Amino acid sequence: MTDIVESVEKPVDPSTRVKVDHLKKYFPISKSMFRRADDFVHAVDDVSFEIKAGRSLGLVGESGCGKTTTGRILVKLEEASEGSVQIRDQAIDEMVEITEITSKGDRKDFRKNVQMIFQDPYESMNPRRTVYDAVAEPLVVQKIGSTPDREKRVVELLTLVGLTPAESYLFRYPHELSGGQRQRVAIARALVMNPSFVVADEPTSMLDVSIRISIMQLMSDLADELGVTYLYITHDLAVARYMCNRIAVMYLGKIVELAPTEELLANPMHPYTRALLSAVPVPDPSYDRPDVEILGGVSKAINPEAVCRFIERCPFAEDKCRELDHPPLDDRAEEHFVACHLVTPDGTWTGAERAELDLRS
Amino acid sequence: MNRDQSAVADEQPLASAEPIADPILEVDHLIMNYRTKDGPVSAVQDVSFSVGRGESLGLVGESGCGKTSIALSLMRLLPDNAEVQNGKIILDGENILDLDDEAMRQTRWDDIAMVFQGAMNSWNPVYRVGDQIREAIDLHWDVKPTVVEANARIAELFELVGLDPSMADRYPHEFSGGMKQRAVIAMALSCDPKVIIADEPTTALDVIVQEQVLEELRSIQHEFGMSIIYISHDIAVIAEITDHLGVMYAGKLVEHGETADVFARPRHPYAWLLLSSTPSVTGPKLQLSPLEGEPPNLVNPPTGCRFHPRCPFATDQCSAEEPPMEEIAPGHTVACWNHEQVPEMETSRA
Repeated sequence: MTDIVESVEKPVDPSTRVKVDHLKKYFPISKSMFRRADDFVHAVDDVSFEIKAGRSLGLVGESGCGKTTTGRILVKLEEASEGSVQIRDQAIDEMVEITEITSKGDRKDFRKNVQMIFQDPYESMNPRRTVYDAVAEPLVVQKIGSTPDREKRVVELLTLVGLTPAESYLFRYPHELSGGQRQRVAIARALVMNPSFVVADEPTSMLDVSIRISIMQLMSDLADELGVTYLYITHDLAVARYMCNRIAVMYLGKIVELAPTEELLANPMHPYTRALLSAVPVPDPSYDRPDVEILGGVSKAINPEAVCRFIERCPFAEDKCRELDHPPLDDRAEEHFVACHLVTPDGTWTGAERAELDLRS
Repeated sequence: MNRDQSAVADEQPLASAEPIADPILEVDHLIMNYRTKDGPVSAVQDVSFSVGRGESLGLVGESGCGKTSIALSLMRLLPDNAEVQNGKIILDGENILDLDDEAMRQTRWDDIAMVFQGAMNSWNPVYRVGDQIREAIDLHWDVKPTVVEANARIAELFELVGLDPSMADRYPHEFSGGMKQRAVIAMALSCDPKVIIADEPTTALDVIVQEQVLEELRSIQHEFGMSIIYISHDIAVIAEITDHLGVMYAGKLVEHGETADVFARPRHPYAWLLLSSTPSVTGPKLQLSPLEGEPPNLVNPPTGCRFHPRCPFATDQCSAEEPPMEEIAPGHTVACWNHEQVPEMETSRA
């Protein structure tokens, strides 16, 4: 019973930990209570990716692009409309199709393996429960360990996330903690079951810059130490650069570009990724910003047409972009996937001339 | 500091860092407290700075460092439990702390306007956006304009901030986040203020929209020679749009200078750590240094330098004596006993 209450170092598993295939999530918009919905918001539209054990994938995009919905499906806070999500269950070392989990018992097992860290540490904690209650809750729900075991485990976790001496934090309430300390408690709670996969939804965006770095470092250290695999959802490419091995850029429910982090920053191919990168504020007063090449068109998320989703805002769109369907996410360079008609299979840009985007200098 | 012709110019090669000769706004030894049940919170502690005509100043710091309290003091919109204990706020030659309420009501918006944090959510949903801006114009223009005059002005303002003038007849829910924020800026500009305070003007916006709104503010500032005070926790945004920069910590201004100088050679340990802990997508991937500890409780701030409990360079002197603002290079001031210990930035982020 108490054997999981132990954080032993696991060897890094070379196999795939998360495999998402053609994932779709459509939200119906009902015109009236008694009529069937004809209109759907395509929040996540045919998204596929894999994450290897101990690695982290960043899901980056603007608000409304479907990144949070994807994350919520992966922790089963939202049901997929179509597609498959397989996550390796470390207890049996097998890929489990999570969209087929329905029974309460299976859900409980699932939650031992997969956890989530939320954006807002001010809202994600019950103000009437102590730090001990919050962190021990998963153990109580899962009926793991005796009370002394749980206490020992909670102290161990609080120490791990840097809340020391842990004993002095056990019986504090959330209002007695700062934002950074609360987020540390949230991380401790997510890790108390020793999950192998964690979805982190903007875990640092509510925190001050100085606190942000220590939380980012804590999460990276824990990934190294415990072999946790992350899906890291963020709007901030600079944060993703430090947290993720690979980055997937989403636009209106589609992944438009996916590549190893430094490769994506050095050699962005999709027009949207380039616009996003050129707009990121840079902490350097002498930085000479390239033009942000994007149009102000409105893209449709409700019953979108089959053509490229980015077409209304793409300054480079050609006739073929208006005729062909949304381009598939194809391999354009080593490990570098792009969904754009104007990029050739060897990664050459064939559209109109673009602004110089030299971020690496 | 008097500049004495050529002799001094030789000693001070940084000619651009002259003292501001004709400031539009001067804040002089401002001390402001909030009364709370736990005792007075010293939110702004002896802060002085000035803003030149047509210049932009950025104020950065963590939440609770007093940057918004300064903004509210400048607008005289402080809550009832706040009290300005000392200091002067001189706006275009006049101390606004001496004005009576009616005179201040006129000064507000006419001379000094503010774009509030999250202002895009402050539109009244049942009135057209244009009508809400007209209200400000009707109340503040010396001669109440006719509807036609006011509408012409609103159309002009909308064009200025990059909105279609026909949008003035629409309701707030028909605007996107970026458009609402542009409309807020249009409203702040409606009475031609001399100074605009922008408190986190783009914090809730996506990066591409943020860039567009900042670009708009920058061009308005240059076109009309307006002075803008930007308040933000995001040092990257401040780097892009300001000429001068003030770094605040726990109610105190700890470093002040030209933005380029402060970024190139931050001399206060807090400013140095803040800059070293800001991730960037450009340049080589630098090691980020975290800032240990938490900001202090201002009911009972640390003795001496307020940063000393978290400072890697702190000495005994730091906990005993408060460091004064000291000029270390022309136009670059810092409040630290050990500013010479602060290392150079790891590499420039060019």
